[in-house]
Amino acid sequence: MNADLSRRLLRDMIRIRAVEEGIVTRYSQQKMRCPVHLSVGQEGPSVAVGAVLRPTDLAVSGHRAHAHYLAKGGDLPAMIAEIYGKATGCCSGKGGSMHLVDERVGFMGSTAIVGGTVPVGVGLALAKSLGAGDDIVCIFIGDAVLETGVFYESASFAVLRQLPVLFLCENNLYSVYSPLSVRQPEGRSLAGVAAGIGLGTSSGNGNDVAEAYDLIAAAVAKIRSGGGPQFVELATYRWREHCGPLFDNDIGYRTVEEFEDWKARDPIAAFTARLFAVKTIDDKWLAAEGAAIDGEIEAAFRFAEQSPFPEPSERFSDLYAA
Amino acid sequence: MSKMTFAAAIRDGLAVALDRDPKVLVYGLGVPDPKGVFGTTMGLQQQFGSRRVFDMPTSENAMTGIGVGAALGGMRPVLTHQRLDFALLSLDQIVNNAAKWRFMFGGKRGVPITIRMIIGRGWGQGPTHSQSLQAWFAHIPGLKVVMPTTPEDAKGLLLSSIFDEDPVIYLEHRWLHNLEGEVPPGDHRIPIGSARTLRSGGDATVVAMSLMSIEALHAADHLALQGVHCDLIDLRTVRPIDWPSIEASVRRTGRLLVVDTGYQTGGIAGEIVARIAGSCWKDLRAAPQRLAMPDVPEATSQALTEAYHVRAEHIARAIGQLVEKPVEFASLAAERRHPHDVPGDWFKGPF
Ligand SMILES: Cc1ncc(C[n+]2csc(CCOP(=O)(O)OP(=O)(O)O)c2C)c(N)n1
Ligand SMILES: [Mg+2]
Repeated sequence: MNADLSRRLLRDMIRIRAVEEGIVTRYSQQKMRCPVHLSVGQEGPSVAVGAVLRPTDLAVSGHRAHAHYLAKGGDLPAMIAEIYGKATGCCSGKGGSMHLVDERVGFMGSTAIVGGTVPVGVGLALAKSLGAGDDIVCIFIGDAVLETGVFYESASFAVLRQLPVLFLCENNLYSVYSPLSVRQPEGRSLAGVAAGIGLGTSSGNGNDVAEAYDLIAAAVAKIRSGGGPQFVELATYRWREHCGPLFDNDIGYRTVEEFEDWKARDPIAAFTARLFAVKTIDDKWLAAEGAAIDGEIEAAFRFAEQSPFPEPSERFSDLYAA
Repeated sequence: MSKMTFAAAIRDGLAVALDRDPKVLVYGLGVPDPKGVFGTTMGLQQQFGSRRVFDMPTSENAMTGIGVGAALGGMRPVLTHQRLDFALLSLDQIVNNAAKWRFMFGGKRGVPITIRMIIGRGWGQGPTHSQSLQAWFAHIPGLKVVMPTTPEDAKGLLLSSIFDEDPVIYLEHRWLHNLEGEVPPGDHRIPIGSARTLRSGGDATVVAMSLMSIEALHAADHLALQGVHCDLIDLRTVRPIDWPSIEASVRRTGRLLVVDTGYQTGGIAGEIVARIAGSCWKDLRAAPQRLAMPDVPEATSQALTEAYHVRAEHIARAIGQLVEKPVEFASLAAERRHPHDVPGDWFKGPF
C-alpha cells in the first residue's frame, strides 16, 4: 500500500471519529433532537470502502450511516445541520441522523428500517447494469440485516442477474443489545450464508484498515470485471451505546472485558502505530492533520448552529413532484 | 389498587398472563434486553424462563407468521415491536394469515395472537418512527385493534387481548409510557370494544383515542372552567368501535368532534364522522368535525413538528368552533413547561 493511500485511510478514520466525538460532546445540549447511532470504533470498513469507490459508484446504508456518508465524500456541514434539524441540512431537516443523502457523491440515501435499503441498492445496480460503464453499488449492512427476509430475496436477484453489487457487512456482534447468539445458530458464519446464496465472499478484520482495504479492493475489482455481486464481512465493534452518545457497558448486555479487548484493537491507534513505525507519518503530520480536521469540524458545527430552521410551512413540502 | 406507570401496567399484565397460562409466550426484539422495551418486559425472562420469554432475530414477517403458527398450535403469543413502523414488514402475515385463518377455513380455528406496536412522536422520531396506522389495521376484517390511554386500560386491555380467541393489534403510544394511574391487581380485564367516558357534559361530544384522549382531557377541563362542558369519550378500541356509547352521547349533545392520532385521510376519525352523520343525522346541530394529523409524514426537525402535532390548545379551539362560542385556548400552550416535541421532562431522547 503506498504512502499516500495509507495516510488517506488514517486521516479519514481520524476525521470520522472526531465528527462522532463532536456529536458526543454536544449531544446533551438537546439541540440535536434526533436519535444518533455513532460509529466510534468501527471507522475502518467505511474509510476502506471510501478509498476504493469512485464518485460515480453509488452507496446506500441504514441507521448507523454517518461514517458511510462521510467516507463516500458526503458534505459534512450538511450532515451536521441535518442532525440539528436545520434548513441547510442534507434533507432540509426532514430526515435527521437516520436519513442522510448526498447525491453529488453517489450517497443515495440511508434509512432507519433495518434492511430497507438492501433491495433499493440492488435496484440501483440493476439500473447501472442496464447502462454503460463499470460503476458499482455498495450496500452497507449490519450483522442484523442477515436476519431480514428482504436480504435473501435481494441478494438472490443480484446473483441471478449478476448485478454490480458490493454487500459490505460490518459485523459488530450486536443488534441493539442482542448478541448474535440469540439471533443466529452457534458457529454460523455470515459470509458462509452469503456464499450459499451464490455471492462471492471474503471476510476479515475490519479494525485493520489495510486488510479491509485489500479485501474490498479485490471484491470491487471482481465486480467491475463482471464477476458478479460480492459480500465482504468485516469484524468490528461499536464502542458507544447502540443509540446515543454514552457508553453502556454498565447495563449488562456485554462485558467490560470484551469492550476493553476490542478497544485495545482500536483501528486508529493500530494503524497510527504502523505508519509511525515505517515512517509514513510523524508527529508533525499528525498534529497538522488533527488541527485541520478539528477546524473543519468546528466550522461544520458553527454552520449548523447558525443555520436557520426550516420555515414551518415546509412541513407540507416535498411530498409529491411539484 | 396500586399506582404505577402505563409501562409498568403493561409489564404487570404480561406477568399476570404468563403466570396464569403456561401457553402464553412473550417475544420480540429486545424483550429480555437490559432496557426491556421501555420497561414493559423488564425481568420477565428471569421470572418465566427463556423458553416462554425470548428475543428474536430482526425477522418481523417470519416471526409474526411463526406466532400465527404457534397460536394455531395452542399457544397465546404476545409479539412486541418497539415501533409500529417495524411491524409493517409483517403485514402479509397479519393480513393474509392471522386475520383470515378462522374465516377462510370455515371457522375451524382462530389465531389468538396479540401484537404490540409502539407509536412514536416528536423528538426526532421522523418519518419512519412515528406512524400511527391504526386505520390500516382497523380496515381489516378479522383483526381487533385496541389503543389504551390509561395505565388501568393498558393492563386490562392487554389481558383481554391475550385471552381473546382472535388476533388483536395492541397499539401503545410511547408518550403514554410514563403516565401514572391506579391499576387494580391480578387478572383485571377491560372488555375489548367498550369505550370509556372520561368527562361528562352536554355541550359537545369529543371522541379521542390514546395520546389524543389525554390532550383532549386537558382541553375539556380547560373549557369546563369557561362554562363549556363536553362528553369526552376515550375509544379504547378502534375495531370494533363502541357505537352505542358514541351515539348515545351525540344524541344528547348534537355536536361531534373526533380527535385522531393518525393521518386525516382514510382515518378512524373520518369513519366515526361518516357513521354518526348517518345514524344521528336528525340529532346533529352542527356538522361533525375531525382533528387528525395532517396528510404528510412527520418530519424530524423540531421546527417542522411544532405546527404539525395536535395538542390540547388545538382541540380546545376546535371545540370552541364546534359549539360556536369564543373560548380561550392560548394559555394551554403558554403554560406548557416542556418543549412541544416531548411528552414531559422525563423524555430526553433518543427514542
Ligand atoms: C425492521 C426493523 N426492525 C427493528 C428495528 C430496530 N433497530 C434499529 S437498529 C437495530 C439494530 C440493527 O443491528 P445491525 O444491523 O447489526 O446494525 P448495528 O446497529 O449493529 O450497526 C434494530 C434492531 C428497525 N430499525 N427496523
Ligand atoms: Mg450489529
